[in-house]
Amino acid sequence: MPNFHVERLLEAASQIILGKGHELRLAFACLIARGHLLIEDVPGVGKTTLAHTLAQLTGLQLQRVQFTSDLLPADILGASIFDRDTNAFRFHPGPVFAQVVLADEINRATPKTQSALLEAMEERQITADGHSFELPEPFFVIATQNPAHQIGTFPLPESQLDRFLLRIRLGYPDPMAERALLMGEDRRSVLERRTPVIGPAELMGLQRAAQALHVADRLIDYVQALLSATRHDAELATGLSPRAGLGLLSAARAWALIDGRDHVLPEDVQTLFPHVAAHRLHLAGDARPVPATTLARLIQSVALP
Amino acid sequence: MIGGWLKQRAARRRPASAGSALDRRQGAWLLGAAALTMAPHASWLPPWISGLCAALLAWRGLLLWHGRQAPSPWLLLALTAAAAAGVRAEFGHFFGKDPGVALLALLLGLKLLEIRAARDARAAVMLCFFLQLAIFFEDQSFPVAALALSASLLGLAALVAQADPNGRSGEHLRVAGTLMAQGLPFMLILFVLFPRIDGPLWGLPADAFSARTGLSESMSPGSISALSQSGEIAFRASFAGEVPARRQRYWRGPVLTRFDGRTWQAEHAQEAAAPFHAADGKRIDYTLTLEAHGKRWLLALDFPGATGAALRHTSDFQLLAPRPVRSRVQHELSAHPAAVAGLAETAATLAAARRLPPGFNPRTQALAARLAADAESHEQILQRAVSHLRDAGLLYTLRPPLLGRDSVDEFLFGSRRGFCEHFASAFTVLMRAAGVPARVVTGYQGGEINPVDGNLVVRQLDAHAWSEVWLAGRGWVRVDPTYLAAPRRIDDGLAAALPAGEALPFTLRAQHDWLRNMRLRWEALSNAWNQRVLGYNPERQRALLSRLGLAPGDAWRLAGMLAAAIGVPFLCLLLWAGRRRRSTDPLDRAWQALSTKLAARGLARQPWEGPHDYTQRVASAIPELAAAVRAIGVDYASLRYGPHSDGARLAALRKKIDALRLP
Repeated sequence: MPNFHVERLLEAASQIILGKGHELRLAFACLIARGHLLIEDVPGVGKTTLAHTLAQLTGLQLQRVQFTSDLLPADILGASIFDRDTNAFRFHPGPVFAQVVLADEINRATPKTQSALLEAMEERQITADGHSFELPEPFFVIATQNPAHQIGTFPLPESQLDRFLLRIRLGYPDPMAERALLMGEDRRSVLERRTPVIGPAELMGLQRAAQALHVADRLIDYVQALLSATRHDAELATGLSPRAGLGLLSAARAWALIDGRDHVLPEDVQTLFPHVAAHRLHLAGDARPVPATTLARLIQSVALP
Repeated sequence: MIGGWLKQRAARRRPASAGSALDRRQGAWLLGAAALTMAPHASWLPPWISGLCAALLAWRGLLLWHGRQAPSPWLLLALTAAAAAGVRAEFGHFFGKDPGVALLALLLGLKLLEIRAARDARAAVMLCFFLQLAIFFEDQSFPVAALALSASLLGLAALVAQADPNGRSGEHLRVAGTLMAQGLPFMLILFVLFPRIDGPLWGLPADAFSARTGLSESMSPGSISALSQSGEIAFRASFAGEVPARRQRYWRGPVLTRFDGRTWQAEHAQEAAAPFHAADGKRIDYTLTLEAHGKRWLLALDFPGATGAALRHTSDFQLLAPRPVRSRVQHELSAHPAAVAGLAETAATLAAARRLPPGFNPRTQALAARLAADAESHEQILQRAVSHLRDAGLLYTLRPPLLGRDSVDEFLFGSRRGFCEHFASAFTVLMRAAGVPARVVTGYQGGEINPVDGNLVVRQLDAHAWSEVWLAGRGWVRVDPTYLAAPRRIDDGLAAALPAGEALPFTLRAQHDWLRNMRLRWEALSNAWNQRVLGYNPERQRALLSRLGLAPGDAWRLAGMLAAAIGVPFLCLLLWAGRRRRSTDPLDRAWQALSTKLAARGLARQPWEGPHDYTQRVASAIPELAAAVRAIGVDYASLRYGPHSDGARLAALRKKIDALRLP
């Protein structure tokens, strides 16, 4: 029995983003698992629209930051400015103080600026002038990234990629969807007319429900076996970290919740595994990103316990 | 230069070994295995080597206990060189069994000190296994085999502990035990079927010539009483029927005819494949298991009957093996106690049996002359001699006084104290002096029946000497002069005949009954071991194989049988292991049953395939079953991965899977 809220969310979203049901599910799963999402693709396939859709349908406020090579950390986090009235410095929060932050083309900024955002993502708070400022809850970062080989990019270091729970690619729409897209009206104006399907409170309820989902011992064994397989594979430079393992499990829980189940199946883990592992693993030798075929082979090399 | 290389090596190996160096428990297993392996060697290695090995083990134990690093490679190198030099000095060379084993034992101790990485520990265990094999060069008895087996068990446990450093110690031992138990059937098959070579199972040619206690071809005062201190087993006999009475159990060894005044020696006797006497009358069948004594003679019960072609009979009624007995042998023999032997003895033999060295024992000569005076026959002389000796007040003792030149005179008229060789010697000399052909027979008398397995055990202390007198019309007649003075020696055995306070092997003393009892049980066990394990020689293997329908020398069939005998149990073990893995969980079994059923359509579950994906695949391949299979998949998934387990739902699932029929 699919979850009622999730069902409506997915239906509404698929009216805006056409022909991308699976990617939408993954994006929602990432949101429900309280992870951050990395979308990697060429410009113009609807990355930004997807971010807008997620925020709009869940009633979350969205801030968009366009990353450029001259963007500074303070431009994201905020700055303390002297206030004449009170005769004191006052902290002016930056765009990161939003429930959904869309970091567009994150790999165009310098590593310093990238890391300012990524630290905020991990800590869910920022510190300025000796004061800590809590970020809003829920807090969800969607970063889009151009493929690394494009000119003028600073590829994200591995340690920071690890902070994104899932990485998805949107890809070109299939011909039917593309035709509908071309014939229909602009997606943004459709989106602006849309009222939220659920509110932040319901979203947080979903997040809690996913966290509480049952995971059998056999499934833990399976996740462990998968992690171990990545660590002992000759083709890979390094294996998945325990954080990646935790992330894989919570993403699988969210996936099961979206599917309306009260338990997690190995298939959930297998579906999420490429999206959890792809941006974290590199091939041994030339450190190229790991191809999808290698990930599929890894899954097929691990028998279900 | 070597030092630098060693340091480099050590430095290279140390970081890698950080996780796999010897931990305390693994070290304890390893030390235990090494100690058990070396313990039996200690009894034959030179004392300094045993001591050094023990010291090395203790050192390693201390290092382990205090968690310290292994000593420096320089020190170990110096120690190794010194140990090798010591072995060289002790044995004079490095070749051969003894220096080899000594060197290996020392190297094992040093290797234990040198352990820095996992592979060093493995090498040490392998060295232990090899030294365990080397134990059998020296001793193949049952307790030593048990010891070697326990040492192997500990060595395996050390390997298991290395593979599983976090497991419990009991678990290590259990796994090692299981491994050993799995190896057992293969060991048995190889033991029974692997082609045997002639010769003792473990012996090397050099072993065969080592000195052994036992009878010899000559007898002088004191030579047999020396044997009475040895509880060592000379031979065993198991009788087909009733065991003959103790008084009849005379086991004939060397027959001594030539006397030089002090020492009796054997005369050359003729050999033939058949007995020289008419083997008739009552017949006793028995199996003789003779311990190695390095001589050709067998100890046969008087008088031996016809035997197989390999054995030889002598003209003085001994039984000889074709070659000196250098390992334990077994023969099926028979005896004819009532047979008359030597009726038609040659004049030369009889003359030899009357010859005395001149100028010895004048008083005995005089006594003989008195006994022989106006005697009508040799029988009469014999009667008179017997009654004279019976009344002479002679005393049977293990500690007779030393005798001088005229030993018989001194015994008969002076000390009057003697052991069986004194009695036999004196009586034979007396008979010869009186003109009656007589000779000394050595061998064993009596023996003891082990109530545990019913076998007769004859020990060195049962060694005995008696006389044979030749009477016209009766042939050689046995006369046991010891019986005249100490009838209990013959009726009840040595221990009963000796005066109180005489030295006897500890376990044979009558007052230690419980000890005797334990000894008897133990000997029955080691006899079974000897018969079944060590006595399994090429002949018995051939006999067994021909009973299995294999002609001797049928190498191909034997190889095939060996392969089958190894392969079939291995396959069974494999199947058993596979079955066991499947059958751990009823839910798994049911799920496996579905896959097995669908495998007929090439739709077996892939090992990595989850329930949903699998049933989905089946559903699209066999649309008729789609609904049913999908339902099964959902049920299984929620039972396997869901929060609640439920016996009723499990039964329902099993029923659904059973009910599934392929269209």
